[in-house]
Amino acid sequence: MTRKIRVIMAKLGLDIHWRGAYLVSQFLKDAGMDVIYIGNTFPDQIVDAAIEEGADIIGLSTLCGNHLSLGPKVVELLKEKGLEHIKVIIGGVIPPNHIPQLKEKGLYEVYPPDTPMEAIVAGFNECVDFN
Amino acid sequence: MHDIDRLVQAATSGEKIATSQLISMIERGDPQANTIMGKIAPYTGKAYTVGVTGPPGAGKSTLVDNLVGLCCRAGYSVGVIAVDPSSPFSGGALLGDRVRMNVNDKGRDLFFRSMSAGRAMGGLARTTRETARILDASGRQIIFIETVGVGQSELDISKATDTVLVVLTPESGDNIQMMKAGLLEIADVFAINKADRTGAESIADALQHNLERTSKTKEWTPQIFLTSASLNQGVDALYEGILAHQKHLGTNQRMELHRKSQIRAELRDRIEESLSDRFWQHAESDNNLDRLVDKVWFQKADPQAVAAQIVSIWLQGES
Repeated sequence: MTRKIRVIMAKLGLDIHWRGAYLVSQFLKDAGMDVIYIGNTFPDQIVDAAIEEGADIIGLSTLCGNHLSLGPKVVELLKEKGLEHIKVIIGGVIPPNHIPQLKEKGLYEVYPPDTPMEAIVAGFNECVDFN
Repeated sequence: MHDIDRLVQAATSGEKIATSQLISMIERGDPQANTIMGKIAPYTGKAYTVGVTGPPGAGKSTLVDNLVGLCCRAGYSVGVIAVDPSSPFSGGALLGDRVRMNVNDKGRDLFFRSMSAGRAMGGLARTTRETARILDASGRQIIFIETVGVGQSELDISKATDTVLVVLTPESGDNIQMMKAGLLEIADVFAINKADRTGAESIADALQHNLERTSKTKEWTPQIFLTSASLNQGVDALYEGILAHQKHLGTNQRMELHRKSQIRAELRDRIEESLSDRFWQHAESDNNLDRLVDKVWFQKADPQAVAAQIVSIWLQGES
């Protein structure tokens, strides 16, 4: 039985930009993953969705500057509930000097603008260990 | 290694993480799947299940969102299972039903699970029924199962739920469409959604006309409701209509008869599945198939006869 990766894809907070989240979702689907698109959501709603949906990865899309506040919040909430095995990946308009900060706070991968789609798909594929 | 007993105990006392873990294990065909379902079984049978089906884009998810709101306000603990199609090429899926749910309605006691249909063809995923049983065991009182957007003959939902709601739109067709076999025959309740558009009443009339003819011999005549889910119009009446069917099932042992006939149908399906799994395990270790392909290709045999012969030989070997 092949195990499929389950991804929650969210637009972080009130960010209205949708194209990035849509596009990445499509590519992940084409790579054989199940992508649950949940649109605009805040960290507590994102974690609730990840629990009910049995997600392996949470993808966060942000282009409006909320990545430093709301991004790490998702990781914290997962930790509180004992769900550290769910990886959080964030992408969007993120200045390069914020990347180390985000990684330090437990975000598994950070994809700034111009990251090749192949690298994003590979990143999602590689971060789940099924054993 | 999961401690199955601990997980089942937590799930049946309503714990969401454990419930979700069990659903995932069943979905991915965990070797302990049968053990889990066996331990879940004594806790099942309490929930009332409603199937929601209809063509893609009819507004099923938005309607489910409205109905869930009403159920929760009435004090019910609710489960939703929403199935979307998988790509026949990559196997992946974009599951876009959850996004229709009103996440800001904080008072909802809801467990929502999205599923991809995989290779299953009947409008549900392979383990949708098991998922419903786990939600039932976890204390969900009303469970909605939303199918993939269906055509005319993906009818598995009628084998999996107590009540079937078929959602149509004013664009769903003319008199001839309303007379066709399939989807329209499995409905216990109809919603003509997007009824704010023109044509809703004429499709309701055509449907009504056809139902009057077909339901003379039946105990239950499906009711038709006009709804506009995105405007939250007509949904209260639809909700009452669904509960009226539940009440109907609750009299004269109808529920028991209904569920028993579903169990019978499911057992048939499972037997077929199990036989075909075992057959293909055997066939894959046997490359006789190439030789038989040639036999058919050179017009020395008919595929149907060859298949029957292969099965007979296999069954002799098994006994």
